[in-house]
Amino acid sequence: MKPLSMKTKKSLIGYAFISPWIVGFAVLTAFPVFYSLFLSFQKVKVTTDGIQTEYVNFDNFSYAFAVDALFTQKILTFLEELVLSVPIIIVFSLIIALLLNMPIKFKGFFRTIFFLPVIIASGPVMKELMEQGVTSIPSIEQYAIFEMIMSGTEGFLNELIIYLMDNLIFILWFSGVQILIFLAGLQKVDHQIYEAAKIDGASTWELFWKVTLPSLTPMVIVNTIYTIVMYSIFALNPVIDHIQVNMFEIKTGLGYASALAWIYFLVIAIVLSISVGLLTLRVNKKYG
Amino acid sequence: MKETAKKISNTFMSISIGNRGQNGLLFKSFVYILLIGIGFVYLYPLLYMGSYSLKSLDDILNPLVNWIPTQLYFDNFSKANQVLSFLQTLIETLYVTALPAIVQTAVASLIGYGFARFEFPFKKTLLVFVLATFIIPPQLTMIPRYVFFNELGFLGNIQSFLLPALLGQGLNSAIFILIFYQFFRMIPKSLEEAAQLDGAGFLRVFIVIAIPMAVPAFIISFLFSFVWYWNETYLAALYFGNELTTLPLELNKFVATYQKLYSAGGEDATGDNINEGIRMAGTMLTILPLLVVYFLTQKWFVEGIDRSGITGE
Repeated sequence: MKPLSMKTKKSLIGYAFISPWIVGFAVLTAFPVFYSLFLSFQKVKVTTDGIQTEYVNFDNFSYAFAVDALFTQKILTFLEELVLSVPIIIVFSLIIALLLNMPIKFKGFFRTIFFLPVIIASGPVMKELMEQGVTSIPSIEQYAIFEMIMSGTEGFLNELIIYLMDNLIFILWFSGVQILIFLAGLQKVDHQIYEAAKIDGASTWELFWKVTLPSLTPMVIVNTIYTIVMYSIFALNPVIDHIQVNMFEIKTGLGYASALAWIYFLVIAIVLSISVGLLTLRVNKKYG
Repeated sequence: MKETAKKISNTFMSISIGNRGQNGLLFKSFVYILLIGIGFVYLYPLLYMGSYSLKSLDDILNPLVNWIPTQLYFDNFSKANQVLSFLQTLIETLYVTALPAIVQTAVASLIGYGFARFEFPFKKTLLVFVLATFIIPPQLTMIPRYVFFNELGFLGNIQSFLLPALLGQGLNSAIFILIFYQFFRMIPKSLEEAAQLDGAGFLRVFIVIAIPMAVPAFIISFLFSFVWYWNETYLAALYFGNELTTLPLELNKFVATYQKLYSAGGEDATGDNINEGIRMAGTMLTILPLLVVYFLTQKWFVEGIDRSGITGE
């Protein structure tokens, strides 16, 4: 046998290091993804000798949209909340990161507080807190300033403010990781660029929009993806609950649940590509 | 009006992006007030939880008692302790979270090292697939995995968490692989090459030289996996069924367990109804171990993001 060249040997060793992942990806991710696609076109019966499938064409999918009103409604609510929450989370974490990036005392202390929710916010804990009504700003409706705002606005904006107030703590608690990602990004911006821009007479307002924000664009994209993914797999999400419930319903079963999972995945994928597309488009138009 | 707004934002920006020329006392105190205000809103649910968990029923019903209970009432905790069977559940939770977290960290370090140090065909494509596993929702893979684990007899058993962790497909494994990938790329190769010239094999170089240099990455990955596994209830409920339980899962059925224990003719039924105080005490007990871990190790959590190399490179 011819001895292997150094290069081939090194790539084989590289493959050896990542082999657990390759096996796992094939067995536990790629195959399941296709298998659940297969199941979504089947009526699945679980029997003692394993599962039996029967091809039902697009029945599961049409059932999801035509009959299962609960599912369509839950998906729509999820999308609505996602569209409202993600921009708020991004803007909020950026503001907090800017505040924390200032030369202030107790920086570490504040960072510790703002990251704390990431550690404790599991589904059941959030559920308990929501049932106690502590995730909304306490008794804000009573304040005069709130009434003033409400009377001055109407329609969509009004709804937006109510949603924001009712879920403010929920939204804030979702921003821990994003704040730190922005903060890390802010600390890496080259100070010489600021100096140069200032010499050219840029105001600080312009500095933010033309230096800080563009250099944070990659972080905005990362944060957007992270927020959407975390939001969509959070345990209290009604859609994923609906999928799990349907797994064990006799009438619907694994086949229907697979179809729901696929629809959900496609919805998330579309949301992700639209938001990343919009963010990169903006950048290219300005600096391309 | 518009001018003032612009002026304020200018000052705000100038300080936030590091212009130290204009940070007047007034502005600084404004920043502190803002931070303390937001910090209070962040902590509000926790403060509420802490206060209510120490309130007796009288205090809860008394509208004059607001934040500070008239007396420290620990009965809530002793009841919650019984409902959760705290110590036993805690040990079980540690078992089903720490073990997968250790396995996931160890495997992620191997995979990350493989990607960082070796060149092989399709490396870029495979890295893209690693990222893709982060975006694919677990719902898409859980049904086939459920069927698969059922046949292997893994359901109701820690293997259903260990096997994915062992094969780099655990909870957020992609993030940990990336952390190790970035970490190993940042540390210089020269030491490892020297050891290779001295005749050490690749596995030996990895164990003796690379691992000791990557201790921070190991700590960060372990802590994050630990916390994420701890807080995972959706898949845990599905895979573990009634066989294994965790504190968050017990909290999920807190009210039902309480009623079985106290209200509906259980052995020591006192006819007590559940109240907010007891529920908050239960919630407190569920997060208490995490709070302890966080306050002992918070530096690693906060630095973890910096080190993950997410900010470019």
